[in-house]
Amino acid sequence: MGFDLFLDSCIVIGILTLACLCLATKNLFTAIILFISLGLFVTIAWVRLDAPDLAIAEAAIGAGLTGALLLATWRQLRIEPADRDADTGSKSGGHNVSNR
Amino acid sequence: MFQTAEFQENNHANEIPVVGRILCAIAIGALSLGLIVVLMFTDNSSSMLPSLVQDKLTQSGVDNPVTAVLLNFRSYDTLLEIGVLLIVAVAMLPGVPVGSVVNRDMPGGNRPSGRLVSIVPNAQVNPVLEAILRWLVPMIIVMAGYMLWTGASLPGGAFQSGALLAGAGVLVQLSGRIQFCFTSTMAKLLLTIGLITFVIVAVGVAAITGVILQYPVTLASPLILVIEGAATLSIAAILLLLYNSLATQTFEMSPEPSALNEEPSALNEEPSASNEEPSASNEEPSALDEEPSALDEEPSALDEEPSALGK
Repeated sequence: MGFDLFLDSCIVIGILTLACLCLATKNLFTAIILFISLGLFVTIAWVRLDAPDLAIAEAAIGAGLTGALLLATWRQLRIEPADRDADTGSKSGGHNVSNR
Repeated sequence: MFQTAEFQENNHANEIPVVGRILCAIAIGALSLGLIVVLMFTDNSSSMLPSLVQDKLTQSGVDNPVTAVLLNFRSYDTLLEIGVLLIVAVAMLPGVPVGSVVNRDMPGGNRPSGRLVSIVPNAQVNPVLEAILRWLVPMIIVMAGYMLWTGASLPGGAFQSGALLAGAGVLVQLSGRIQFCFTSTMAKLLLTIGLITFVIVAVGVAAITGVILQYPVTLASPLILVIEGAATLSIAAILLLLYNSLATQTFEMSPEPSALNEEPSALNEEPSASNEEPSASNEEPSALDEEPSALDEEPSALDEEPSALGK
């Protein structure tokens, strides 16, 4: 019981922390990686909740394929995001791929 | 219609004043807290549904209650879900003809041929990635088949299996050796076979039982397997199409339609030439050589744009 509680609290804290970081980060690439990590944590949470069907779907679609789609979209962000952001420096991951 | 998708980061969140953002945070937090409290005080054990599913499980043709609900008791929902997926696929289909503007930097972003799967000649292949994929991809395919089959009695099923297959497709495309062309007839068949099979079965069983989607008890198990098999292929094809469209197409950033209209028309003639004979493919390298020059012009047009935005 004690270990289960410890594990569950770790998962809950991890999910909340990753979600906050994912929303708060300025770098798009970091946000995508954090989102994929969040998907993996949610997968473990579904396993802990005795929902293996959802866990498999979350791991395959939520974490895996959505991550691939987001990274592919990230590559398409080639131009500078906006004039204000361009002035303040490289705020987004889109800046990194502008030199194609 | 869907050709000029625009990808552009435009963060409007910073335009909201700080007070507004704090109020938003408080409102969302209060709503979430209320939801959690309501969930804690809801007695969900009084629901009749789990016992009802367990009672009727023997008539459903499968042993896994989730699969029984998804494909027998509430199969209408699943039918519509696959229809929605197909609509998404249609929206993401490459709208421009074969051999259109493709992103050459991405693996698999070469000139698509008229076939679903084709091998890229002279591809830059990462040997380590390819060596791993030779082991990994067959294992994923077997795993997808296992997951489809085991969905009748254990967790698994069409969606999970299709997602696995699509993942294998993404890996194969990343290797660079193989490319997919989703404007081919085979691809269209794969994209639609799930919905077609589902509708045929739905109407077919109506001839026997009189009600659409009500399977005869003796035939339920094979019918569900047939539907799931076809749905797996469609789901895999649709998910792979999503990745393929996002990764390999070059989306036009500039609003001027003149450059956009010229290129497809020039390229329209080529697929017909490549369809003729393998001998015609000897001419292709020359056509390929010409294209980078046309593509070289594009970044310059793109480079100008931020400056225009800066003004």
